[in-house]
Amino acid sequence: MPLIETRNLWQWRDGQDILKNINLRVERGEIFALIGPTGAGKTTLLRLIDLLDTPAEGAVFYDGADVNTSDRLKLETRRKMSFVLQKPVVFNTSVYDNVACGPRWRGMDSRHIRDRTDGVLETVGLTGYKNRNARTLSGGEVQRVAIARAIAVQPEVLLLDEPTANLDPVSASKIEELIAGIIERETITVIMATHDMEQGQRLADRIGVLVNGEMVQSGDSREVFTSPGNRQVAEFVGMENIIDGVVKTNEGEMAAIDINGRIIEAVTEFDVGEEVSVCMRPEDVTVALVKISSSARNSLAGNITWTVSTGPLCRVEIDCGFPLVALVTRRSAEEMGLKKGTQVYATFKAVSIHVIRRH
Amino acid sequence: MTEIWHGLVKAVELIISFDPEVMQIAGRSLLIAVSSAVIGSAICIPVASLIHFNQFRGKRFLVSLIQTFYSVPTVAVGLFVFVFISNAGPLGGLGILFSPTAIVVGQVILITPILLGLTISALSGVDRTILDTARSLGASGMQMAVLVIKEARFAVTAAVIMGFGRAISEVGISLMVGGNIRGFTRVITTAISLETSKGDLELAMALGIILIVIALIVNIVMNRIQQR
Repeated sequence: MPLIETRNLWQWRDGQDILKNINLRVERGEIFALIGPTGAGKTTLLRLIDLLDTPAEGAVFYDGADVNTSDRLKLETRRKMSFVLQKPVVFNTSVYDNVACGPRWRGMDSRHIRDRTDGVLETVGLTGYKNRNARTLSGGEVQRVAIARAIAVQPEVLLLDEPTANLDPVSASKIEELIAGIIERETITVIMATHDMEQGQRLADRIGVLVNGEMVQSGDSREVFTSPGNRQVAEFVGMENIIDGVVKTNEGEMAAIDINGRIIEAVTEFDVGEEVSVCMRPEDVTVALVKISSSARNSLAGNITWTVSTGPLCRVEIDCGFPLVALVTRRSAEEMGLKKGTQVYATFKAVSIHVIRRH
Repeated sequence: MTEIWHGLVKAVELIISFDPEVMQIAGRSLLIAVSSAVIGSAICIPVASLIHFNQFRGKRFLVSLIQTFYSVPTVAVGLFVFVFISNAGPLGGLGILFSPTAIVVGQVILITPILLGLTISALSGVDRTILDTARSLGASGMQMAVLVIKEARFAVTAAVIMGFGRAISEVGISLMVGGNIRGFTRVITTAISLETSKGDLELAMALGIILIVIALIVNIVMNRIQQR
């Protein structure tokens, strides 16, 4: 039996569907990441799971029981969970009192509260801040207080809404490290919303992709990233090259796909004549000035149409009869003298291509 | 002009020498106004929380109505209380007419709209995320209300001080239901009114200065609170 289950969950706001028929099952001890672009409905779903809002239709089950039946049951269930909001706020009191409020509200005895609060403050690295007013802390420190406050109640389920979205890269990485540590140490079920697909992949056992209020795909994190189910998921998980074509031949799942008159080979089950989209990550495309001999089945000549350098990497678009974006190191780009108009060969393996049905 | 200056000097002398009558009247005024503010707060803060935390039909109208009564004339409240607690009134049996209790009752009624309205405003000013955070951490309805009052403590305190200021400065209720009885229900405002009509400007001025000093202190405290 899943610890948390949503059945046919719908939420509407101002006549619009925010969530459409969400059926989610999260097992005890599982780390589940909800990924999706901003406005996809991730926060709305977390709020429904934490029973902060009532769904327009459908039900939330906790440990097999429908928990939206009475205010008392809702409170009891909510007390088994903790929710770190996307923009956490701290109460206008000391860091210690912020962290101790959850255990106090549950009527724990004062010695237990003190031990637990001190322990949690040590875990998040805020021991030296316990007497400071929480409103005087920085964004990263506030996030730490929010996480400390959430785990102080020893929840069965920890809900995290974009835990690093509003932080600078250094603070974000520290918070992620902290969450990873909590996941490792505590026996806890985590449901985490993030628009950072890599973070989802790093932390979660399983991922659900939410787009426009719909759960378009869910599965183990590797599967979602390497085999997106449709174009929306492919775009979201970083498949920058999504090119339409038609399957010309398919022998033993090695298909030849016609894209604007150029043939590429890909591993797929789609039958001859099917209209498909070919998805590829830019980092899976190798760029060279001459045709290289390798095991890769595809090597297409083309001219560079633009290059953009971002940090240590350089993004180039090659016109191979269709536009193909590749990622090379800045150093390689400089050594090869890649610029607009340079003729290059784009090489990629048949297995690095993911083929989806075209809609 | 000389008479005013002379009166002012005498008034300061009365204050500096801790004139027993001046001190007694000022002490009684403070005691009654503080009692009214405390009792009013004990009633109004929970009621304001109930209004704020519950959604019901006519809530907006109720809040508008409360705000309308901010400036209710003190004599109107005085008359209302008089009618109820006079011997012929429904609460005449309590025998509290012309007593400090009657003044407190009247002042509590007078400051109720201010306390309610300003407390509701103070609670409305608390970020909704605070409420969500408290609920998500497992706070019950009562625990959430206490937390929100704590979060709005500066604004709520300002409301209480406003109520106190209105109570100590009113004259209509103290006169009508207190009766301005010397040594029993005479407060600063009623004493000023009486002594001025008698021509005893020194005493009236001394009490006026004390009232202004109290108003000044209230104002300073309010400003300090609002700056936090």
